[in-house]
Amino acid sequence: MIPELGHFCLILALCVVAVQGTLPLIGAQRGRSEWIALARPATQAAFLLMLTSFACLTWSFYVSDFSVAYVAGHSNAQLPTLFRVAAVWGGHEGSLLLWVLMLAGWAFAVAQLSRTLDAAMVARVLGVLGLVAVGLLLFVLLTSNPFERLLPAAEDGRDLNPLLQDPGLVFHPPMLYMGYVGFSVAFAFAIAALLSGKLDAAWARWSRPWTMTAWVFLTLGIALGSWWAYYELGWGGWWFWDPVENASFLPWLVGTALIHSLAVTEKRGSFKNWTVLLAIGAFSLSLLGTFLVRSGVLTSVHAFATDPRRGIFILILLALVIGSSLMLFAWRAPKVALGGAFALMSRETLLLIGNVLLVVAAGSVLLGTLYPLIIDALNLGKLSVGPPYFNAVFVPIMAPVVFLMAIGPVARWKHAAGKDIGKRLWIAAILALVAAAAIPLLMGGWTLLTGLGALLAVWVATSVVSQTVLRLKAGMPPPSFWAMQLGHLGVAVFVVGITLVGGYQDERDVRMEPGDTTVVGGYTFRFNGVKNVPGPNYKAAQGEFDLLVDGTLLKKLYPQKRSYFSSTMPMTEAAIDAGFTRDVYVSLGEALEGNAWSVRVYYKPFVNWIWGGCLLMALGGLFAVADRRYRLKFKSTTVAASLEGVPS
Amino acid sequence: MKPRHKRAALIVGGLAAVGIAAALVLNALNSNIALYVTPTEVAAGKAPKGQAFRIGGLVKDGSVHRDNLTVHFVVTDTAKDIPVAYTGILPDLFREGKGAVVQGKLNADGQFIASEVLAKHDENYMPPEAKHAVEQAQKAGKTP
Repeated sequence: MIPELGHFCLILALCVVAVQGTLPLIGAQRGRSEWIALARPATQAAFLLMLTSFACLTWSFYVSDFSVAYVAGHSNAQLPTLFRVAAVWGGHEGSLLLWVLMLAGWAFAVAQLSRTLDAAMVARVLGVLGLVAVGLLLFVLLTSNPFERLLPAAEDGRDLNPLLQDPGLVFHPPMLYMGYVGFSVAFAFAIAALLSGKLDAAWARWSRPWTMTAWVFLTLGIALGSWWAYYELGWGGWWFWDPVENASFLPWLVGTALIHSLAVTEKRGSFKNWTVLLAIGAFSLSLLGTFLVRSGVLTSVHAFATDPRRGIFILILLALVIGSSLMLFAWRAPKVALGGAFALMSRETLLLIGNVLLVVAAGSVLLGTLYPLIIDALNLGKLSVGPPYFNAVFVPIMAPVVFLMAIGPVARWKHAAGKDIGKRLWIAAILALVAAAAIPLLMGGWTLLTGLGALLAVWVATSVVSQTVLRLKAGMPPPSFWAMQLGHLGVAVFVVGITLVGGYQDERDVRMEPGDTTVVGGYTFRFNGVKNVPGPNYKAAQGEFDLLVDGTLLKKLYPQKRSYFSSTMPMTEAAIDAGFTRDVYVSLGEALEGNAWSVRVYYKPFVNWIWGGCLLMALGGLFAVADRRYRLKFKSTTVAASLEGVPS
Repeated sequence: MKPRHKRAALIVGGLAAVGIAAALVLNALNSNIALYVTPTEVAAGKAPKGQAFRIGGLVKDGSVHRDNLTVHFVVTDTAKDIPVAYTGILPDLFREGKGAVVQGKLNADGQFIASEVLAKHDENYMPPEAKHAVEQAQKAGKTP
């Protein structure tokens, strides 16, 4: 009964979003206020229906209703309650339901928090979100219905993939989806602005906090996924340039360009067309990401057994979204007035260069990701593009972006003098050069990459610190100032992490018998043997290692090799001693002859700075969202009139 | 500087950036792609020489044996067998009778020295390239 209720709510939600996606849009075009007024209640109703539907599926998981095919496929009577709830989004159908729920949730938030916005604008934004929801709900109902019954009911479920039975899974997909789906709001604002022809500073100001919030979620979601892969997969890496990772990274790159370009549009009225294109691009890439993950067209660690019909459906949806929005753009863009003029040497130019480079970087990652697909589609053979490609292309494109990050914030809008910039950055330049020489040598050997990494990180960090000191002399700066500095400092911290891990990590696969020791990165590991320990729904072989420094015991480490009762698949659970300046990491391979095991031991200097940097970036984003300016009542006309070139 | 010149400068700058990126991309693509080759193609001598490539297929039943950290096994598409050696720790889902993808090079004795054995997240998942290799071999078997 409960699953049918959920299914029914889903169908009702489709009917409601069909109204939400049509009448308010038409009403806003024709100026019919009663149709415009439909937007808010329809959005609220759709969200409530989706929430109910999602709750029904969660309930089915909670009570282990194995007559629902999706529950039977992804849960198990022995699964602990927390994971039983997280298992709702552990498979294709449920994760899409989560996607649509979040879309409805974002639309609901816009409906609730847009009291100061002009009613026609709200109607357009909600209408566009409604149209997107129609597409995705159709997709869920036609190709991936999570409420399908299984007759006769299964005795027991097939269980959640053991890899996913981890607290990381509870948060990683929802965070990531919040970010992915959040870009739909930026997209809806852009389309609404194109439809109304009011592509002005007010539009940018409305759009900014939403875009920033989505970007914060996406940043956290990617960071969590990377951290999860690091400790859960037992491979010890933090990024693999896997197609699915790339799928989440592409919207991030374009989204990062978008939040910067929106700042220019709001403050200076420039880059309007470019901002709109980026908003369309970020959301299209989110949809493309969904397609790549869910269609199974790419060989990836995330690729699960899939149904080709689904891929085609998303591809059609993607073509519709990109095609119609670009057509609208081509029709409207020529009418958009240019913003304020700026000199070649100005903050605008620097931001534009950064923006273009981010987009070029996204393009090169996209090409590498899709290249195997294109070649296969043309029947030219099957191939794969490896991580070296991405490193070889990405690093040279992104290094200038990071370099500019120190200069952009000290350059003036409109016209900047090179002399001023030099005066404010010469200390940073000297420190960066010293660091580029010294840090790699202190860590144990200079290479071009580590030198470059140290240079960029110190360059950006000192620029941030000196700006902050200078700004504090003039009083407490606004949150937007902290947002920028924290975000940029986060990048510097991140660069420290990737540089030092990349340059000085030590990884070793060794064969160890009880009593054997091995030394990695100055740490001695002594293997004391393996014994069996029980778990709630698995049994594990647990190794015991002594971690020694200079002969004194630092810690005992207990890596596990688990086998779950419900599947034949073993699971590696690494043991990590985490620290501010380094992680040491040990995981069990497999049992060899006698009591020997193959063991993987790692020394990872500064690896936590990678995720720390991402956290700082996200924190910066939160500061930007918190800026009071966005909550003040804002009249679009006054600002638009104060800028050169008011759009028609 | 006149606006026209400024725009020209920006366009030239933009084109230069795209051009450099394109050069980087092409150069990197050239040296970093790995072709998928089926065991039948490897046996027929069609594998790329001196360059890493990937083989997809099934891990033959009873073929896995260990010699310390080095694992020897056979990848098959049911028609031809390729012996593989890999030093290191195998992914959790590596199983006899299951699909696998290995990346590496052939040595002088025709043994494939794998630098990487690809892991999957799901025990019921078959890598498409492994499936493709088996299907090709079976198709060829039916119409000799």
